[in-house]
Amino acid sequence: MAKQILLNNINVPGLASYEVYRKLGGYSAVEKTLKNYTPDEVTAEVKKSGLRGRGGAGFPAGMKWGFIDKSTDNPRYFVCNFDESEPGTFKDRHIGQLNPHQLIEGMILGSYALGARSSYIYIRGELFYVLRIIEKAIDEAYRNGFLGENILGSGYSLDLHCHPGAGAYICGEETALIESLEGKRGNPRIKPPFPAIVGLYNCPTVVNNVETIANLPWIMNNGADAYAAIGIGNSNGTKLISACGHINKPGIYEIELGLPVKEFIYSDEYCGGILNGKKLKAVVAGGSSVPVLPAELILRTANGEPRLMSYESLSDGGFQSGTMLGSGGFIVMDETACIVKNLLTFSRFYHHESCGQCSPCREGTGWIEKILYRIESGKGSMKDIDLLTDIAKHIEGNTICPLGDAAAWPVASAIRHFREEFEDHIKLQRCPLSK
Amino acid sequence: MSLVKVIIDNIEVEVESGTTILNAARKIGGSVVPPAMCYYTKLEGSGGYCRSCLVKVAQGSAKDPRPMPKLVPSCRTTVQDGMVVQNITSPEVMDNRRAITEFLLLNHPLDCPVCDQAGECHLQDLSYVHGLEETRTTEERRTFEPIDIGDKIKLNMNRCILCYRCVKVADQLTDQRVHGVLGRGDHSEISTYILKAIDNDFSGNMIDVCPVGALTDKTFRFKSRVWYTNPMDAHRECSKCGGKTVLWMKGDEVLRVTGRKDKYGELEEFICNDCRFEKKNPNEWIIEGPRKIERHSVISQNHYEKLLIEENNPKIKIEK
Ligand SMILES: Cc1cc2nc3c(=O)[nH]c(=O)nc-3n(C[C@H](O)[C@H](O)[C@H](O)COP(=O)(O)O)c2cc1C
Ligand code: SF4
Ligand code: SF4
Ligand code: FES
Repeated sequence: MAKQILLNNINVPGLASYEVYRKLGGYSAVEKTLKNYTPDEVTAEVKKSGLRGRGGAGFPAGMKWGFIDKSTDNPRYFVCNFDESEPGTFKDRHIGQLNPHQLIEGMILGSYALGARSSYIYIRGELFYVLRIIEKAIDEAYRNGFLGENILGSGYSLDLHCHPGAGAYICGEETALIESLEGKRGNPRIKPPFPAIVGLYNCPTVVNNVETIANLPWIMNNGADAYAAIGIGNSNGTKLISACGHINKPGIYEIELGLPVKEFIYSDEYCGGILNGKKLKAVVAGGSSVPVLPAELILRTANGEPRLMSYESLSDGGFQSGTMLGSGGFIVMDETACIVKNLLTFSRFYHHESCGQCSPCREGTGWIEKILYRIESGKGSMKDIDLLTDIAKHIEGNTICPLGDAAAWPVASAIRHFREEFEDHIKLQRCPLSK
Repeated sequence: MSLVKVIIDNIEVEVESGTTILNAARKIGGSVVPPAMCYYTKLEGSGGYCRSCLVKVAQGSAKDPRPMPKLVPSCRTTVQDGMVVQNITSPEVMDNRRAITEFLLLNHPLDCPVCDQAGECHLQDLSYVHGLEETRTTEERRTFEPIDIGDKIKLNMNRCILCYRCVKVADQLTDQRVHGVLGRGDHSEISTYILKAIDNDFSGNMIDVCPVGALTDKTFRFKSRVWYTNPMDAHRECSKCGGKTVLWMKGDEVLRVTGRKDKYGELEEFICNDCRFEKKNPNEWIIEGPRKIERHSVISQNHYEKLLIEENNPKIKIEK
């Protein structure tokens, strides 16, 4: 069994309650940290652990905390990004639903490190039942002295709030999230300035993903070195992967970073192989935004090395032959899957979710969807394929926030690796895979 | 304020630190100035949306000469000492500007023949310079019904490029904001809160800041093509605003009153709704003389001679 940090107790009945979590050693990291560590020492420990953000970009968490200006008396905020809405990604929900206290414990540790007095968990609106669970857990933490005034007599006080979004994927982008939390329309802000300088209510703010934060108790309990010993290269620790699609065992797995992709797909411990013994065709390895890769490139890099589940290995070869670990939404497609149709589904999503502030994304996403719809329904022309590439190229890098890139990458990669399939749709005027 | 040196399209210019690339380029003037469809000097926080002003930063600063990885919005990026910027000298910038123009036109109805803004429209200007000759779209455009925003302003959402300028006028000039964006993406629309009429002394400035024909003056609607009217600088005593305006005249009739715009289409001063909508009698104004329009639009094609105007319109007396 691989090392488990996030899911080791997940099947214990009643884990969501304070009593059970506490009995299993929960909140010991808060006790230890508030007694023995200064806030800066916590930041240093997280830096040393090499923990990287699990929300998609993989930015080192400790380094992000280090950008916060602590020299003024202005309030500082620690915010948990629980907006999880990327197609294919459903790992944060699992933590929030089954192990909310681990997230709360992480929130206390992070808030303490940053000197935040009020912290927020911004949760996707559709997960209202999870919000209820978290609110109950927050209540329990208050009642047991882990939140509120003068926590455990340390002199440190913290209020924690859980706030639901209203159904917009874009509110997962950290500056849109901040706007939404302030009660405004969830439009991403134009950066710079970054949230570490001007964030929530114009104060220094750190936004971290649920999974990132849920790792903190383990790191403070076991030390940065123990954490850094797990994983490979600059990919330390474990990662939650939500696996779905044409596999025998879809679900949420905690892997040690560095696990070979082949083992993840085919071993019985994880996905258990392709459904009905069919052939693997393609994988979207890190949530809908990352480039799709054909079977041969997801299993091996262009140099013929085995591809590993790690930040470095998955991006080996750049976008020409690689992809990204992203948020860990692992979507597997077998030989019956239509790449064009799959892309249309993703593109419809990005069109629907674009906030509409900047022209390349607002206009380009809709255009892409319409062209793909045309091709998919057998009315496309050969010119459309290059047109799609051209549109994607002019969205990428030209937008206010990365949603534009996220909309462009799947298009560019699908055409790069599966151009023939697009051409077949056009020549046959229908999907070549349907009889 | 310290001064910094920047090079834009091989031309060096010295500006105060904190100046944006766009304003540094405007200091040089001429063809190195990037087009700005959403930035508006007088509106705080404007700019960054349309992406028409994207430029390439080939060298970040003298201290850190690395180029910037992506094109940057010149209206929201401040210059650094020793920065090297490429605008019209970068094929990449020009190629992207072509693409941005195409994006902005994608859902635009191209109904210039019946649009009051034609002739003084920034989207027309942008497409003349950067547009493709042939359209690559066959898709249906999104459509909305025109609506009234108050009794003097018409909103034709089909023409809107979502530059957010009018939203910022509502935010910053009027005391109770009832104007904003509803919905998301290419289906978002400018609206007043549950169609609440905008009834505020300065709401009319939305018409002037709108770069396209999405917000137009109902008192001028379909009266004339702008290029058949004569713009005249005029002023009056006004208790609400500075009273400095432009009268758009045909014969001795005042068809429309607007604020005075500079060569980038930006108002020199905001004007009140009384001056804009209620004062259509030339006798209520002191007319200073023909307004020189320094833009390359159709309206600047007419050359107004003082004499000619006085000859044709005996009732108008131009002050010396
Ligand atoms: C369109 C868009 C949606 C995003 N959605 C999420 C999300 O649902 N959850 C998340 O943690 N990060 C999301 N992100 C990334 C956040 O902006 C931010 O990078 C992240 O929360 C930082 O946390 P981390 O450093 O712990 O990963 C999104 C980014 C974009 C551009
Ligand atoms: S890239 Fe898309 S989602 Fe992001 S700010 Fe621009 S329009 Fe909004
Ligand atoms: S109505 Fe005009 S000013 Fe307002 S957002 Fe649209 S284009 Fe801009
Ligand atoms: S003018 Fe700079 S982005 Fe619109």
